[in-house]
Amino acid sequence: MYLEQDGFQKDLDNNILVDKINPIKWIANFLIKTMVITEFEVRKLRHDFIELFTRALQPALWMLVFGQVFTHLRAIPTGNMSYLDFMAPGILAQSVLFVAIFYGISIIWERDLGIVHKFLASPTPRTSLVLGKALSAGVRSISQAIIIYLFSLMLKVQLNWTPLNLIEILFIIIISAALFSTFSLIIACIVKTRERFMGIGQVLTMPLFFASNAIYPIAIMPDWLKVIAHYNPLTYEVDALRTLMINGGTSQYGLPIDFAFLILSMIILTAIATALYPSIAR
Amino acid sequence: MNSKILEAKNLSKKFGDFTAVNSISFSIENGEVFGVVGPNGAGKTTTIKILATLLPPTSGEALIGGYNVFKNASKVRRMIGYVPQLLSADGNLTGYENLLIFAKLYDIPSKERKLRILDSLHFMGLTESANKMVKTYSGGMIRRLEIAQAVLHKPLVLFLDEPTVGLDPVARASVWEYVKTLAENGTTVLMTTHYMEEADAMCKRIVILDKGNIAAMGTPLDLKLSIGDSESSLNKVFEFYVGKTLESEELEGNYKDVSRTRRISKRLG
Repeated sequence: MYLEQDGFQKDLDNNILVDKINPIKWIANFLIKTMVITEFEVRKLRHDFIELFTRALQPALWMLVFGQVFTHLRAIPTGNMSYLDFMAPGILAQSVLFVAIFYGISIIWERDLGIVHKFLASPTPRTSLVLGKALSAGVRSISQAIIIYLFSLMLKVQLNWTPLNLIEILFIIIISAALFSTFSLIIACIVKTRERFMGIGQVLTMPLFFASNAIYPIAIMPDWLKVIAHYNPLTYEVDALRTLMINGGTSQYGLPIDFAFLILSMIILTAIATALYPSIAR
Repeated sequence: MNSKILEAKNLSKKFGDFTAVNSISFSIENGEVFGVVGPNGAGKTTTIKILATLLPPTSGEALIGGYNVFKNASKVRRMIGYVPQLLSADGNLTGYENLLIFAKLYDIPSKERKLRILDSLHFMGLTESANKMVKTYSGGMIRRLEIAQAVLHKPLVLFLDEPTVGLDPVARASVWEYVKTLAENGTTVLMTTHYMEEADAMCKRIVILDKGNIAAMGTPLDLKLSIGDSESSLNKVFEFYVGKTLESEELEGNYKDVSRTRRISKRLG
């Protein structure tokens, strides 16, 4: 039956219905296709267990060594919070950033294999291809969150376990991972080769991390750095995480501003990535 | 339905100062296997990328099933199947999963999915490896899986970019066999190749590209007659029209080797 062509016209008719400009159908199709892309990215994760553990190493070093030392030094003014309480959300944000930022390299890899071409030649909405990948970075980041919660428990960080907060934290992590992986995808579309991406990935990740409130408050930064930090999505991610994750955490900007900044950045970056994505296959 | 399923009219593609494809025109009849042959850099892959909606042409137009490839890309994408030159099946998914994702992306109704996937795995001789990771497949198996992926939604036109590059002779013969069967059952196929014996064995008509221009077009027999010898080989025809011979490289190996060789040859060429 697979060889028969008569089924084709029926398929085509069905399918063209999907393409008709009906906003509800369009959105439904867009959401379904996005979930399909995410589903298969997550399926691939099953084989990445070793990677999940090696990824735990870096946050462990930051929290156990850097965090412990600076808590004793009391070199960084963190108000009435202990330094470890202050930095734990920052390290979570950092891990999410590091997971997400190397998504671009997997796109370059898939381009070299021809996988990207095949998806682009399919009727999948371009935005679904971008967003599906981005959301899978979010799923991947959840494992990082679990690891950092474990370290936080060990180090007696004052964690807030309110269920609503946990749900909001999950949302913040997923949208932040999606945001930074989309940013990474944009860079991949611009630089196009693995070698150049490796160089640029390093050059961008560290400034994003240091020009944020992840491991020290913005108040102690020089003025020029403060300006950068205020436009850095990582700052708003950390601010929200610090508020929601730690008992007695207070937000510097207010949670609505944090959420709005992250969501808006995500929308802008997704739009740019959608426009650039087809160029990677040329 | 119009018997001309694909029409390319004065297609050109320039990359900066470099003209990859220079105002080529051809059309393909329904059910035909059409070969685009030429050396590396002749514009074969550029042509196929334009037709597969991946690359906008600099000028000219292409129609598939009456729709403009560039302006009605989303409609055209439902009518075509595309197998890129590289080994593009996902090594970290099983064969079944590789087909399942495309079944979902092409909106094959959920109640038909499983049957159609199993059917196509069976047809491509991959039933026993369906639940194995694709990274354990041989080059020939991967290529067959990719063809299965590309025809799962029953496309009007199947694009195969160098379908047998890097395959050993046995795997190559099996790919030929499957493509022939598809064609006999009514799928129109456009394939690029730089193996003349492949073009001779598979294609009803071929076009010889040289530096982005059409050097010759016709049935293999017509082309042989045009150089005055029906017993001749397409290699001779090629030599006559292009002025040099085609070297074919024989590569063998597994997924990693093949994809690496291909990546390398792609970067070089």
